[in-house]
Amino acid sequence: MKVSLFISCFNDMLFPQTGRAVVSVLERLGHEVAFPLEQTCCGQMHNNSGYGPEATALMRRFADVFADAETIVCPSSSCVVTVRVAYPRLAAATGDQQLIARIADLGARTFEFAEFLVKKLGIEDVGAYYPHRVTYHSTCNSLRGLGLGDAATRLLSHVRGLDFVELPRADECCGFGGTFAIKNADTSIAMLTDKLAAIRGTQAEICTAVDNSCLMHIAGGLSRERSGRRTLHLAEILASVEGGVAA
Amino acid sequence: MSVDSPGIIVERAFPAAARDALRDSQLRRNIGKATNTIRAKRKAVVAEMPDWQDLRDAGYAIKRDTLRHLDRHLLALEASVTAAGGTVHWARDGEEANRMVGDILAGHQAKEVLKIKSLTTDEIGLNGALSARGIEPIETDLAEVIVQKGHDRSSHILVPAIHRNRAEIREIFKRELPDTEHLTDEPRDLADAARRYLRQKFLTVPYAISGANFAVAETGSVAIFESEGNGRMCLTLPRVLISIMGIEKVIPRWADMSAFLQLLPRSSTAERMNPYNSVWSGTRAGEGPEEFHLVLLDNGRSDVLADEPARDTLNCIRCSACLNICPVYERTGGRAYGSTYPGPIGAILTPQMNAPPSPADSLPFASSLCGACYEVCPVKIDIPRILVHLRGKVVAARGAKTALDGEALVMAAMARVFENPRLYALAHKAAAIGQVPFIRDGAIKSLPGPLAGWTAMRDLTPIAKQSFREWWKARDR
Ligand code: SF4
Repeated sequence: MKVSLFISCFNDMLFPQTGRAVVSVLERLGHEVAFPLEQTCCGQMHNNSGYGPEATALMRRFADVFADAETIVCPSSSCVVTVRVAYPRLAAATGDQQLIARIADLGARTFEFAEFLVKKLGIEDVGAYYPHRVTYHSTCNSLRGLGLGDAATRLLSHVRGLDFVELPRADECCGFGGTFAIKNADTSIAMLTDKLAAIRGTQAEICTAVDNSCLMHIAGGLSRERSGRRTLHLAEILASVEGGVAA
Repeated sequence: MSVDSPGIIVERAFPAAARDALRDSQLRRNIGKATNTIRAKRKAVVAEMPDWQDLRDAGYAIKRDTLRHLDRHLLALEASVTAAGGTVHWARDGEEANRMVGDILAGHQAKEVLKIKSLTTDEIGLNGALSARGIEPIETDLAEVIVQKGHDRSSHILVPAIHRNRAEIREIFKRELPDTEHLTDEPRDLADAARRYLRQKFLTVPYAISGANFAVAETGSVAIFESEGNGRMCLTLPRVLISIMGIEKVIPRWADMSAFLQLLPRSSTAERMNPYNSVWSGTRAGEGPEEFHLVLLDNGRSDVLADEPARDTLNCIRCSACLNICPVYERTGGRAYGSTYPGPIGAILTPQMNAPPSPADSLPFASSLCGACYEVCPVKIDIPRILVHLRGKVVAARGAKTALDGEALVMAAMARVFENPRLYALAHKAAAIGQVPFIRDGAIKSLPGPLAGWTAMRDLTPIAKQSFREWWKARDR
């Protein structure tokens, strides 16, 4: 299948290794990956912070860049939720019937990476090897926005060598929430503190998820703890093979 | 906020109020414990219902259709209440409602009046207004007694004293209630002390005020669902009964009640059914109150109704499930929200009842948009969606006032960068260089200005030297 990658501005600048891992897994599975260089940002932050007009402009841009893409895959559930859930509302607000139709079609073609593998391709074993103790945080957007279900943990269950431990209260927000983490830093940190305690309790070396934004928040706390625990995007675990990371 | 002022006036922005609450370890413990217990219970009783999602859909559909023709249903309600021997009053705002209630009571030379727990009366500051006219309101719900006698404000819409523990309640009762020299902090003992105090009031005060969970347009019936039975005492013993309800509480038909009778108790107290469900229609000779007044309160609700993307706010049946599930509420408690309506529902309702600019403008931002509230809401209010809508209104109003708004400038600049891939690549380079002075051991440990909040407790991931697109381009060659 020909897959167009939407990497998200956040991953592009801060977590390029996640993008490389996605490419590596998809190519290993025999897919052809395209990366439209005109892409930038889906407008999630603008939309969520109340900057509707700016978000609408970025939505139009996104629709143009991916106009010809057959299938769009993105390793960030919050960006996919923006495309699938927020875009139709932004489009509806413009009253532009043509745009509304284009956006509906766009949403139907856009998938989160784990969702794409499990739900669209029906693949749970991607041939990965990762000999570490891992726990999984189901980020709010993947859990409630996307309805990802157990797609990510199913993928993890087929990774050889991996020792999976369930995270207590995994479905609770880590306190990131984009600008919330800055505007309401104290509350955000209080939420993070409980999340870190839960992770500590699992004795896992790695906390994984399908959103680098939440993981960056969690990693920021873990690194202050100096516990030796760290975070890693699910795609990077799936890209690992015996004899080293293929990414 | 003073105890007597209207309960929707927010005096401090959420982040500042939350900071104080977060520091109070006793409060955090009390609230964390209570919300976690009720969460688990709610989950269990909801799981018993195989048709829960259908019920939510039904509740949503009834509310939505009612709101669409609200004027018609309210006129029908007025007609049936009047036909049943009651009197209907229309109040534009809290001040008007308070005056009406005060006038009715003053007409009877009332000195005291019993009260059933009611958020609506708290919203309009009725207690303070009555006290000012020399009429003493007497709360009869156990938790409200604790709040009233503690000269305190409610912190939860269902469990107003959720922030208090047994020892604190004992101290309040010993100070305020008669015959409490030997009071222990056993729940039974505490309840007994309150009961002795309330019984004397029930038997001597002939006036009562209630809110309303629902009012049926078709029959003119008003309904109150409760757990303690103290409300029922107020509904049957007094000679004069005054009920105050927000105009959104009307439901068209008697049959509509069945969905809510199932949705409400399981969502709120995690009970299969409320222990006391009282429904009354007007007056009847020789039974119950001789005089019944129904005050229909607008107080900003028509404006919410007119704002289509926010309209579902009025679906709320005040079950408090969204408070109990909310990770923000769990840490900060209710008072950080600064109004009668805390938690996720407060974060959308309160700002719509305060004219901007107001500290209430901070409330739509007091959420990580995690979506747990929407998932539990029995009437399917998409709270995150409404939060985002209200954020947009705050940003738009602010933008019109100050052109030099730091955040707006940053957002606009970023939008420009994102609209131009060349600028975007340049911005990446500039940021990768600009961050260098802040990087220590591969992480950013402290930042100046508005980003300092982030690095107070968290490291920040630095921008990568080689962006993904640079890697892709290099690989492509
Ligand atoms: S918004 Fe929904 S969950 Fe929250 S109190 Fe109202 S009805 Fe209950």
